[in-house]
Amino acid sequence: MGRARRMRRAALNLAALGVLAVSVFPVYWMVITAFKPTVDILTETPRFWPARPILDHFAAAVRAAGFWTFWRNSLAVTLGAVLLALVVALPAAFAVARLRWRGRRGFILMVFVAQTAPWSALLVPVYIIARDANMLDRLPTLTLVYFVTTLPFTIVTLRGFIAAVPPELEEAALMDGCGRAEAFRRVVLPLLAPGLMSTSLFGFITAWNEFAFANALMIKDQGDRTLPIWLSGFSNVFGTDWGATMAAATLFMLPVLLVFLVLQRRVSSGMIAGAVKG
Amino acid sequence: MARTLARTARRTLVIQPRMRRTGVLWPYLLVAPALAGFVCLLVYPLARSVVISFQHFRLGELIRGGADFAGFANYAEALGGPEFWAVVRRTLLWTAVNVVLIMVIATAVALMLPHLGRRMRLAVMSGMVLTWATPVLAATTIFQWLFQSRLGVVNWLLVRLGFDSFRGYTWFADGGATFAILVALVVWQSVPFAALTLYAGLTTIPGELYEAARIDGASAWQVFGQVTFPILRPLFGLITSLEIIWVFTCFAQIWAISKGGPGGATATLPVYAFQIAQSLHRYDLGSAVSTLTVLMLLTVLVIHLRRMFREEGGA
Repeated sequence: MGRARRMRRAALNLAALGVLAVSVFPVYWMVITAFKPTVDILTETPRFWPARPILDHFAAAVRAAGFWTFWRNSLAVTLGAVLLALVVALPAAFAVARLRWRGRRGFILMVFVAQTAPWSALLVPVYIIARDANMLDRLPTLTLVYFVTTLPFTIVTLRGFIAAVPPELEEAALMDGCGRAEAFRRVVLPLLAPGLMSTSLFGFITAWNEFAFANALMIKDQGDRTLPIWLSGFSNVFGTDWGATMAAATLFMLPVLLVFLVLQRRVSSGMIAGAVKG
Repeated sequence: MARTLARTARRTLVIQPRMRRTGVLWPYLLVAPALAGFVCLLVYPLARSVVISFQHFRLGELIRGGADFAGFANYAEALGGPEFWAVVRRTLLWTAVNVVLIMVIATAVALMLPHLGRRMRLAVMSGMVLTWATPVLAATTIFQWLFQSRLGVVNWLLVRLGFDSFRGYTWFADGGATFAILVALVVWQSVPFAALTLYAGLTTIPGELYEAARIDGASAWQVFGQVTFPILRPLFGLITSLEIIWVFTCFAQIWAISKGGPGGATATLPVYAFQIAQSLHRYDLGSAVSTLTVLMLLTVLVIHLRRMFREEGGA
């Protein structure tokens, strides 16, 4: 009995180690490659430990033409989309959570439809519409697209947070002579802070990682590209310099990793709401 | 009791007039911006796509504007040629292989987690979160490096294990090999979400149920089939439908690694639609393929939406 149990335990731990290795190794390999001297990258027998870690590859990635422009573009587009989504989603979420009106169920259905919309099937029409509107190769176009892709789950999650605030709190404020808007601003809004925080971080990840639309809508002007597009063409930028390529990938991943650390436990429920996915 | 009554009275006295004064337009004003966003950037592109699929819309029309009605010509062209059906078969294979692998591996990992020691469990879960946090484009770049022909660590490992034919093997020159790498990439990226969500569901099942099943002499398989799975069936359904939608419409991974190549071996429907629009300037044919893609997804979408609506929409 004892022996069979020990064997089972060992097999289980071995399997767990296997899962751990497979899930961590690619990221580990990226970071290690970024820190390795080029000689160690170019050996036929790979080195799994950085004997002499260096920062040269990061310097090469940061010095690459346009790196800071792409970084700024990505940040501007992402922040713009997230802020816009919050500002638009907040009143809509309030209307859905607190008010009764005709068409409410229809609106909720629309939000769900938007949440599961096959966006990659819309690349061609969005390209044509953007072209007709003279909006190709312009960052605001991307901001608008990311705004709409993040809007549905922002509404759904904020609605959940608003519904969790007891209506009595608002009513108390109303009786104290606040207007509806003021009651919302003074009572509900502060309680929504965690909700606003996590939804905007999810929006950040979605927009920061987006590739398909950036690839379809930013074609001519190099200066309007975002980081994912730049990274996808790494062989044009770095050739076969895998150290610099991996350093660039690491720098691209860093903000997302920070956001994940902040979110931690809320990640799973947010994903179900359709938050983040490539 | 008296307080509640008083509160209700006050509510009718104070709140109601306010609500009436603000009028019935209020909710509509609040949702108007969101609605405008959906209409302009979701409904309109979708409608435009359907319209273009019925037009003669190529490079000339793109530049000049104005397009002639073409009836079902584009659909006839797509459905009549062998290429489209090859893409459909490939897309179904792609979806089936990925979703089955994701669900099987994720279920195994989720079932394994509760039996691990605390530290090992935390380590595995942290590893999963790390994978999950990896941006798609970082992942595609990493996989290209892992499978690099001369210096890639995968080829080195395979040669070490005795598969000498992999020395300097160029994965991305072969259709089947590229397809396999893309499957590995998508499965690697998708398992953490499914596994952690299933694990979260598992932890809600009361331990007494397992206890009872074990006392009745149930084997591990029977416990899974008669206790775990029935309870988590809605969660399994939700995750499976989400994964089907995500994998079927997957674009970024494929485009960044192979652009549908080599020789079209990794062109699934969304990639194929974009290809013919972008490189052949056949916006009409591309739109027809996109529309057919959405139609094919519709059953899964409707099932998923009905579930979402039943669970959340009613409240």
